[in-house]
Amino acid sequence: MTNFIVWVVWVLAALALLSSGIAVVLFQNPFYSALALIGNLASLAVLYLLLAAEFVAAAQVLVYAGAVVVMFLFVIAYLGGRADAPWAGKPSPQSLAAIVAAAAIAVEIVVVIALKAGDQLSSPAQIEGSFGTPAEIGRLFLGDHLLAFEVTSIVLLVAAVGGVILGSAVPRESRS
Amino acid sequence: MPGPGVAAYLILSVILFATGAFGVLIRRSPLIVLLALEIMLNAGNLALIAFARQTGTGTGQIFALTVMVVAAAEAVVGLGLIVAVSRRHVELDVDKLTTLRG
Repeated sequence: MTNFIVWVVWVLAALALLSSGIAVVLFQNPFYSALALIGNLASLAVLYLLLAAEFVAAAQVLVYAGAVVVMFLFVIAYLGGRADAPWAGKPSPQSLAAIVAAAAIAVEIVVVIALKAGDQLSSPAQIEGSFGTPAEIGRLFLGDHLLAFEVTSIVLLVAAVGGVILGSAVPRESRS
Repeated sequence: MPGPGVAAYLILSVILFATGAFGVLIRRSPLIVLLALEIMLNAGNLALIAFARQTGTGTGQIFALTVMVVAAAEAVVGLGLIVAVSRRHVELDVDKLTTLRG
């Protein structure tokens, strides 16, 4: 019974994930694209929960849907997102090349994963109840991966300072 | 592990990555290019967490959290650049932003 429920949740989350991802790419208005990204991130969080990554799912909702998308919406509202529709009219060589390139990337990744790890994917490891909990993540972050933790804080600091500088700098001569 | 195996999550992640790559290649608005980049980063995150479930170690989840931080930093800097470009009254179109002159 649990298996059936997990399958239903997985199929629903997968459909929401793919349709909202396509919606982000195809919506003409950037505002709608950013709103569709929220659906994409939320269905990803559901999949993370199914993969026993509770803390990452919570961080996904907080950091992405809570902070990054709001920042996108602010900037789009500030700039007045201009609609563009590259597929309007007849398909250009560039859009056909984009389709071919994206399909080639997908095929490449599938082939590489199947060659390298295809025979190991059938039996996932047994996990304990503490796998993916905040306590476990904190123990790993402050123990084995302390360097990554510290580098992360520096990256965030640099990005914050850079964002302030980029946002506040006034061009010396404003061009029109 | 109830439900679909790890391979199903990986296939989902590949399709999502290809969708994001298609968006980056085809869209002209830098805002939507950034949104599609976020989709690509999240597809990578999904693969990392699926592999973490496969191996039963938490390292993949740590990596995914770090990628999340880098994605947030990238969004801040990218949006800051877009705002700085728009202040110069340049049209926001990745085909027309061809000079890096200040």
